[in-house]
Amino acid sequence: MNCNDVSKGLVAYLDRRANSADRQEIERHLTTCADCRTRAEQFRALWGVMDEMPVIEPSFGFDVRMRQRVAAEPARKWFEWIVPQPRLALSAALLAVVAVWMVKTSPVNTHFEATTASAQQEDFNAIKNLDVLENYDVVTTMDALSELAPVATPDNGMKIQDTHNATAE
Amino acid sequence: MLDVKAGDDSSFNSLLQKYRSPLVNFLYRMVRDTATAEDLAQEVFLRVYRARKQYTPSAKFTTWLFRIATNLALNSVRDGRYQKLSISLDAAPDGEDSVPLELPARELRIDQKMIERDRTELIRKAVWALPEKQRAAVLLHKYEEMDYAEIAKVLECSESALKSLLFRAYETLRVQLAPLVGESIAREAGEGRAS
Repeated sequence: MNCNDVSKGLVAYLDRRANSADRQEIERHLTTCADCRTRAEQFRALWGVMDEMPVIEPSFGFDVRMRQRVAAEPARKWFEWIVPQPRLALSAALLAVVAVWMVKTSPVNTHFEATTASAQQEDFNAIKNLDVLENYDVVTTMDALSELAPVATPDNGMKIQDTHNATAE
Repeated sequence: MLDVKAGDDSSFNSLLQKYRSPLVNFLYRMVRDTATAEDLAQEVFLRVYRARKQYTPSAKFTTWLFRIATNLALNSVRDGRYQKLSISLDAAPDGEDSVPLELPARELRIDQKMIERDRTELIRKAVWALPEKQRAAVLLHKYEEMDYAEIAKVLECSESALKSLLFRAYETLRVQLAPLVGESIAREAGEGRAS
């Protein structure tokens, strides 16, 4: 250990906070280096001198003024319990945004939409093939249609207007 | 502090009683003015009170307290509001008119005139003459007796950087206060011989 190394560990050594390895190294160096030994001695003396620095006491009115300032502090707002910490509120908001974004872009949702479209198509096919709609007699015997003017045809003489046929189909 | 967090105001008064004196002394040694030190100490306590609900015991309370105090003190000094109080070692101590403090060279013997001077003023002014961060490190180490890890957290530096900071600060003080240091060593040597 040289003088530079010792200077780095000198305060901790004098403070009795150096680890045992450093302490032994420093002590070995101090036995051979007069300059470092003098510095160590002067540091110790300096700390003794610095103890002479007087301690001041706070003024008599310190506590009273402090209590007045604390008492003048505004009471907590009613909504502060909801957002106890700004960082927590920000985290919650970010979490909500991320959750919405994930739901929007989730493949489960696409599958759901595809499933819905498929089901609608099946329903449509089922409705389209219902017997009741294919039963022409039901349509032709409807009271409302009977008021319409009959159309003559070559095979059976009567036919409902094309528009109603289209509706039935 | 956890009781204060829970809303116990009497615990805040206990904190006030326990820490007001160390805090005012630390701040006084940082900003060099009693009234300013008291104002800053009140501001520190007020910030502690305001932040009581967010307090988490992840660090020692004193680390938190002195971190607030150090930041306020450094801001206050850097604001320049107290520059009128800036001190040089050549300036006369408070209450003395125009007699400059003449520090004898280290190798010179301390004369009687030097001994008669106010030793505490010499020490105070030597500490005040340190750069801000070195001053804070010395005050926390020497007078608040904090360990290195705690001081490093307060000053937001590594422990090795702190040790270098302390060494440089004490080296400066050793030179600036050489007459007092020499006197102290001589007195100890005399006492040793006498015993």
